[in-house]
Amino acid sequence: MEQFDVAIIGAGVCGANIARKLSQYELDVALLEKEIDVSLGTSKANSGIVHGGFHDHISTLKARLELQGALMFDRLHEELDFPFERCGILVAALHEDEMHAIEQLYLQGVDNGVIGIEMCSRERMLELEPKLNPDVVGGLYAPSGGILEPYRFVFSLVESAKKNGVRVKTEFEVASAEREGDYWHIRSTSGQEIQARFVVNSAGLHADRISAAFDAERFEIAPRKGEYYLLDRMTKSKPSRVIFPVPTEVSKGILVIPTVEGTVLIGPTASPAQGKEDFATTRDQLEHILHSARMMVPSISESDVITSFAGLRASYGTDFYIKLSDEAPAFVQVAGIQSPGLTASPAIGDYVKDLLKKAGLRLVEKSEWDPYVHKVPRARDADPYALDGLVAHDPAYGDIVCRCERVSEAEIVAAIRAGHTTLDGIKYYTRAQMGRCQGGFCTYKIIRILMRETGMGFDEVTKRGGDSTVLRGSL
Amino acid sequence: MKQLNYDAVVIGGGAAGMAAAVELDSHGHSVLILEREDSLGGILMQCIHNGFGLIEFNEELTGPEFAQRFEAKVRAKNIQASLKTTVLDLREENGFKAVYCVSPAEGMMRIEARAVVLAMGCRERNRGNIRIPGTRPAGVYTAGLAQRLVNIEGYIPGKDVVIIGSGDIGLIMARRMSWSGCKVHAVIEILPYLSGLTRNIVQCLNDFGIPLYLSHLVTDIYGKDRVEGIEVTPIESGALMREKAFKIPCDTVLLSVGLVPENELSRNAGIEIQPTTNGPWVDSALMTTLPGVFACGNVLHVHDLVDYVVEEARRAGANAASWLSGYRPAREIRLKTGANIRYVMPMRLNPERENRVYMRSLVVKNNARLEVRLDGAVVKSRKLAHVQPSEMLSLTVAPADIAAAGRDSVIEIALV
Repeated sequence: MEQFDVAIIGAGVCGANIARKLSQYELDVALLEKEIDVSLGTSKANSGIVHGGFHDHISTLKARLELQGALMFDRLHEELDFPFERCGILVAALHEDEMHAIEQLYLQGVDNGVIGIEMCSRERMLELEPKLNPDVVGGLYAPSGGILEPYRFVFSLVESAKKNGVRVKTEFEVASAEREGDYWHIRSTSGQEIQARFVVNSAGLHADRISAAFDAERFEIAPRKGEYYLLDRMTKSKPSRVIFPVPTEVSKGILVIPTVEGTVLIGPTASPAQGKEDFATTRDQLEHILHSARMMVPSISESDVITSFAGLRASYGTDFYIKLSDEAPAFVQVAGIQSPGLTASPAIGDYVKDLLKKAGLRLVEKSEWDPYVHKVPRARDADPYALDGLVAHDPAYGDIVCRCERVSEAEIVAAIRAGHTTLDGIKYYTRAQMGRCQGGFCTYKIIRILMRETGMGFDEVTKRGGDSTVLRGSL
Repeated sequence: MKQLNYDAVVIGGGAAGMAAAVELDSHGHSVLILEREDSLGGILMQCIHNGFGLIEFNEELTGPEFAQRFEAKVRAKNIQASLKTTVLDLREENGFKAVYCVSPAEGMMRIEARAVVLAMGCRERNRGNIRIPGTRPAGVYTAGLAQRLVNIEGYIPGKDVVIIGSGDIGLIMARRMSWSGCKVHAVIEILPYLSGLTRNIVQCLNDFGIPLYLSHLVTDIYGKDRVEGIEVTPIESGALMREKAFKIPCDTVLLSVGLVPENELSRNAGIEIQPTTNGPWVDSALMTTLPGVFACGNVLHVHDLVDYVVEEARRAGANAASWLSGYRPAREIRLKTGANIRYVMPMRLNPERENRVYMRSLVVKNNARLEVRLDGAVVKSRKLAHVQPSEMLSLTVAPADIAAAGRDSVIEIALV
């Protein structure tokens, strides 16, 4: 049986950061994921924001990790080649009485040590973002806030971890675990077994079930749904900075987010989900998104909508729940990671490494650790001369498979070779099918390439594994 | 980077592009067709049903046969076509149009031309565009993608099908899926009338006993990994009757909810786009707001028949040819929409030439009259037994009809 020093359960952004961190040391690490690919849970459907460090007070763990994590992104961006930009964050007040809340956020940001945070007049707000509602009375500006592609971030973290020796096991859904001597004996629902001395529970929505399986703390993750609309990159309503409303007790509100790839995301809502599989969008909530987003940017048009989706926040308590288990030995809880989880995730990696060390894991740095991932050039980012050079080297760069997002066959092939062998996996890696036609033109081409590259039969092509087969027969 | 020069570049090698190129060539201009797929013909190649060419060739052809007729002309005239070539950018450089494109065989190319004809066709509206809530399982396809999968790739996307929207491709696919052994459970249309051609209702739904639900909205798509069904809610007097909502189990949803001209290239080139058609603003010569750039076919406005597409494309090609030869209209008269008209195409008329005008109605109407009014006075009219938004209307305005037009005159087309 395969034995590991550490098994990390859940390959979302937390698990991926922890895995990459641990890959710096002389350890055998397994990253276990129940889905067919990594980043298919909460990490793929969120706002994709590096927060500004002013929403929560530094007395909370989430604020400390947020502040620390936010500072780590420039280096990660350099090493891991995921789309990221510090475009800045605005919080807009539409009534004078909201300015009190703005001031509180400002003071909290100052208290937290956020660099560059400022209060803004109406004039300054409109200068920073001309597309804002002219009724804005003032607001807050956090220039260090940013935007990233969350799935690309996870993909790169996992690729880096793999490159440095971490074993990634997808379609490994943990069914049960027993402590045997110094090891946890872990079984999957399909009968695979591994042993690990230490276990990290970063199972997101399912962290409660995993905790119970290890006889650790009993708690319940309450999924909270966030619905979003994605707008075409041709929209006239794309702001240049992330726009927040003044937050409420329950959420940060409906944001208008210029994504780092050029589209616009509006959302999320915050409503209780009907279970952990409830990824359905609803008519009422979607109307609410449009209404609220137009309060910030009035020109937003429903004719720019290209798709909608929902993500589930793994909600538990008010702060992150990251600690060594008091109940189960050599077991670390990384649960209740809601906003600002993505921002905090690199710091969570470090924090969990320290917890493991405290629990007795011996950490010896690798001498040959390589922080860089292989950069796959993208046709969309290449100027005419650069693209000409790419095609000369690999003609597949000249075959533009996805016209809306300008993705070449070479990039699709790179995604497949990196292990993303579903339509959704290819979509998140390359952006093909993510543009205005939503796969109407390119899906059949991607199916062809996928079958050619992997030897899959048509009936093995899925949207995202499981029963999500795309084709149900042949002529 | 390869550099090429032509009198004219035609972007898109479907029916419109081929027709425009043949016309340009016949006027003695050098022309290059740029086509992103590996064959000419465009979307016709997957339309293996018949019904094409009744006007153009006075016989009933399949899509590929129709395309072949035009491809034969292109070949016979030795017109250059660069296949597997994607146009990335259209710019004005040094008084020329510079078309930047890429292909696996040639790499990047910069093609300099004096005129460009846009003939990129259209794309399908999708689930996101019409904002159907629910989950995002496998099994939701646009009708055109399903058509491609079945007719060219040879795969059946699913066995129990519901079609959303009564557009022509959806109706054609209802029949195609039925022939392929699938069960088509329903066609759901939000409007109180059909979006497709009447002949397709008869041949594709009635002949197969497929139920059509008019004034019904799909309010949910459900299913975890694969579609498991949809929820349909009737609309009565404009209101959703939530208590009358019902479910239809299915594993596949095909969307046929409209087409949108594919104008991202045009937009990026700074060409003005009309909100009513989603196509470029064009003058009497079908020239866009970028002088020397013409548009025709479905990239200009969505047509119902390819026969009209090629007719329009020939005019665009001829106009581009005369523009290349230095012809400029002495003056143009503004054309606008009157009562019950969604749009008119083009937006200017040339009083020196015969003008072919296409338009769409906003209403379903029997015993209607189409009127051309010059500064309020009816100068031409036509009786129509039946009009509906899904069937394009056309008429010709001759120089004699508008001889009285002055400098600031306005022509209006109305349906009464």
